[in-house]
This record gives sequence, C-alpha cells and structure tokens, in this order.
Amino acid sequence: MKSLDDLKKIRDNAQKKVTMRGKNDGIRVLVGMATCGISAGARPVMNRFVEQVDKKNLENVTITPVGCIGECAIEPIVEVLINENRTTYCKVDVDGVDRIIKEHIIGGKVVDDYVIGKYRI
Amino acid sequence: MEELSLHILDVCQNSIKANASLIQILIDENPKKNTLILEISDDGHGMNKETLTQVSDPFFTTRTTRKVGLGISLFKMAAEATNGELKIESRENYGTRIIATFELDHIDRAPVGDIEDTLIILALNEENIDIYYRHIYNEKEFEFDTRQIREILEETPFTAKGVTQWMKEYIKEGLDNIHKEETK
Repeated sequence: MKSLDDLKKIRDNAQKKVTMRGKNDGIRVLVGMATCGISAGARPVMNRFVEQVDKKNLENVTITPVGCIGECAIEPIVEVLINENRTTYCKVDVDGVDRIIKEHIIGGKVVDDYVIGKYRI
Repeated sequence: MEELSLHILDVCQNSIKANASLIQILIDENPKKNTLILEISDDGHGMNKETLTQVSDPFFTTRTTRKVGLGISLFKMAAEATNGELKIESRENYGTRIIATFELDHIDRAPVGDIEDTLIILALNEENIDIYYRHIYNEKEFEFDTRQIREILEETPFTAKGVTQWMKEYIKEGLDNIHKEETK
C-alpha cells in the first residue's frame, strides 16, 4: 500500500539533489486537452509522457495540458518546444509518444511521421 | 466520451480557465438508492445568468478558435441517457457548481474509468490550482487532496521524480479499497 509516508521519502530523495531551474528552461511539451483532444485520446498520450519522462529521468522536460488550437479533426495535438523551435505533432498515440521522446527529445530529430505538415500545410 | 473521468477532465478545464484556486470533485456511488452523483465545484469567476442559460447549447462557446462547444453538452447527454440530469449553478465572482446524477446500474451509464489519470493531469496544471477529490462508495470514503500533498512535499514540485507515480498508485489503491466487497 502506498502511504503518505512513502511520499515523504520521495520528497527527501528529491531534496537531496537540488537542481536550480527556471520555469521556462529546457524542453516543454504541450498537450491539447480540450473536449476535442480528450475525445481523441489526449489523456493516455499525456499520461504516457508523464510516465516516461519520470522513468527516463528527463528532468529538463515539463509537460503541460493546454487548450484547443482549432484543429480538432487532427487531435491529439502535441507541441514540443525546444529553445525557439516549435514542432507541432498531430494524431499522436502512445507509440507516437515513445517515438517523440526517443527520436526528438533525446535524439534531437523531428519525427516526420507525426508532424502536422503531413495533414495541413 | 467513454468514461466519466474523461468528462471530469474536460469540465475541469473550464474551472482552470475561470481562474479557480480550488476545484472540488465528489463522486457518490450509492447502490442502495441506485444513484451515482458527480459534483464538480470551483471558486472561479463564475458565470452571469445569460451565459448560464447558454452553456449546454452545443453552438455556444467562449473560445475563438472554433465555433462549437461540446464539453457541457456531452456531459449532459451522458447523464440524461441514464434517466439522470445535469444541473449547473453559478454566481459571478463566487464560482460554479455542476451536479450530474446518473442511474448507477443503467446500461448506458459510462464507467467512472481511470480517475488517477485524470487527477494527475489536473494536478499538473500550470497555475497550481488545488484539487480535492472525494469518492464515496456505500458509505466508505477515499480522499485525495493536493493541498495535503503540497504540504508534505514542501518545496518539491509535483514533477519531481516519483511523485506522479506515487499519486497514481495511491489513488488506484484507495479506490480499489473502498470498492472491495466486505468479507464476512
């Protein structure tokens, strides 16, 4: 059983390694979480990001739920922001999340199969 | 939407946009009365009477990126499909409360679904809005309160290693516990 004491241990471990980091440093992942996104499967997509980023210790990556950008037909939409570069992915599924993490966030190469340009120019 | 927990995730986005500081979610499953009540309330900026009369209209939305707003309409439909109903109360500057009632054993009642996945996403909102979740099943209760978690974590953020994983298991186990049949 997970208890609140377990949470205290997690806190103590986290406090041991203090990393100073501003809110907008590093890589940001935005997941469209409006009605359209949710119905298309954005929740498992976001949960997969959260789980994998935690598992792989990608401490410079923050994942944030956001609203709708008006392209509801090609949800789930995920945007990856690295410095000034914004990449918009669409129709993302759990396999897509794994590829985006492996090939783009870790590997530095955009995953062409999911970029929005395939659907909208 | 296939799960009530997805409706919760969706409807709570409205509370986040309304600058709430606390969102309270209550699920009360009562097999004796055969009801499931789902109540979501926030302390956001609320709605005026005119907006309130329009929110269940699918062609009403406050957003500018598209012309339809289906969130509340779909939620209402899910409740009405089980002989239930959806009520919204709101007061400008005080907040909004949504109460959806369902017939618990109705064949068209969507399952509650993966509440932990919804709560984790809600807890990770950028504005640090607190979430208080309470689930009652047959007089047994489970609570999950991000205010309490914040207090334990002190300065450590929810994004720190292991925190979301802990939340997931804590919620899952807590809900399994209240749903367990008592062995006599």
